[in-house]
Amino acid sequence: MHYLYYPGCSLKATGKPYEESLLAVFRALGIDVDELKDWNCCGATTYMGVDEVQAFALAARNLALAERQASGAAVVAPCNACYLVLNKAQHYVSEYPDIRKRVTRALKVIELEYCGDVNVRHPLDILVNDYGIERIGQEVKQPLAGLNVACYCGCQIVRPYSTFDDQHNPQSMERLLRAAGANVIDWPLKTRCCGAALTGTIPTAGTGLSDLLLKEARRRGANTIATCCPLCQHNLECYQAEGRGESGTLVQTPVVYFTQLLGLALGLKPKSLGLKRMLIALQPPAQATRAVL
Amino acid sequence: MSDSTFEARPKQQHHFDLNFGKSIMALPGGEDLYRCIQCGTCSSTCPLSAYMDHTPRRIIAMTRAGLKDDVLASNTIWLCSSCYSCTVACPKQIRITDVMYSLKRRAIQTRRFSVGPVAALARAFIASVLRTGRSNESRIIVRTWLSTQPFELVRQAWLGLRLWLKGRLSLRRHRMTGSARDIPKLLRNLHEPPTFNRKA
Repeated sequence: MHYLYYPGCSLKATGKPYEESLLAVFRALGIDVDELKDWNCCGATTYMGVDEVQAFALAARNLALAERQASGAAVVAPCNACYLVLNKAQHYVSEYPDIRKRVTRALKVIELEYCGDVNVRHPLDILVNDYGIERIGQEVKQPLAGLNVACYCGCQIVRPYSTFDDQHNPQSMERLLRAAGANVIDWPLKTRCCGAALTGTIPTAGTGLSDLLLKEARRRGANTIATCCPLCQHNLECYQAEGRGESGTLVQTPVVYFTQLLGLALGLKPKSLGLKRMLIALQPPAQATRAVL
Repeated sequence: MSDSTFEARPKQQHHFDLNFGKSIMALPGGEDLYRCIQCGTCSSTCPLSAYMDHTPRRIIAMTRAGLKDDVLASNTIWLCSSCYSCTVACPKQIRITDVMYSLKRRAIQTRRFSVGPVAALARAFIASVLRTGRSNESRIIVRTWLSTQPFELVRQAWLGLRLWLKGRLSLRRHRMTGSARDIPKLLRNLHEPPTFNRKA
């Protein structure tokens, strides 16, 4: 299995632990990835709100680079926003001839060509559907006993283009972490918005949204939240202390990447999974406490 | 953060721009705008409805009615976090998130920035991408706060320090490995009057 890896800007900064753990897990499972050379920002949601065609052109440049570097290889986009933007650009470029014409012409100026046959995929999709849950189950060396995990997918991975999971009740992450031995709790907010960039721009609204997710996860007995998007992780972890004095509860819930939990189950070292970089330390799984953390 | 952003504004507009709805419908993603049955599913699934001065359902009705100034001055279009809840829930398959994007672009074109910090973030984001081809969240958010709410810098300093100690915050620019000049060159060559006809 060979894939092209599109990290996106977040995984090189605030989402560094995601990159570390993702690559460590892929290495441990023998999944071969090469970083896309000379990639640029996907444009995220911000660019789309300012100039749509420019946003699609930014995304298309990455897709064109992927076609040139390894034709036919799927692109792995671990960040939800990158995943959505790259997919959305493909939809719009093929759906609207005008957008296609303009993007193709502009790409030609920088000596690139985009034909439109890149498959953009999320690591969850690859682990669950290409590698397989059973095979991962066989690789588990240290089951995550004692962890009650709330699996939080966030919005942009299943909406609006859900290619590998259900839009309203996605199950990939649940199945994966259940295979890793975690106790997965059932909660209905797994695709509700985390507040996105609003935590920075309009904190009242942004932290209001992330706070609600945390409260519900705790109410349902979660002691860990697993995420698959750098912005979701940031919002849920970094603003936890805010606005919680009123409710009186003073527990802090670790918010980690699903790849970090999977890596622990595969017997990888916490440091190689970036677990030392988290602001709220993960409670060690009940079993083999000393050995793991 | 003052609450002025969230004050419901009374309707002020006295004249209607009857072509406004049509002009939004002509943009990509807006094709189905006139199929809206005003059921309110979008408003009830929207996690940010509570903070908006007009809910998404009302924005659609106002857009079609031609209340252009009220729509473009509302905070709704700036609060949309593009989570696509409304888009997948809409029984008429209207791509509401894309309509919100179109309205936001129209507001920017007519220089109406009703929610300052969101516009400042977009400005900083685009400056970063044009310069280096990549975005650096830490730099972007610092620039946003400097220009709109400097107090946030003080309030969030402790968080910033903790993230820095964990190696998750850096103010250094991330650069593309190749020439970042490709990006402005690419974007410059896109412009030509758009028509956006959907494939038959």
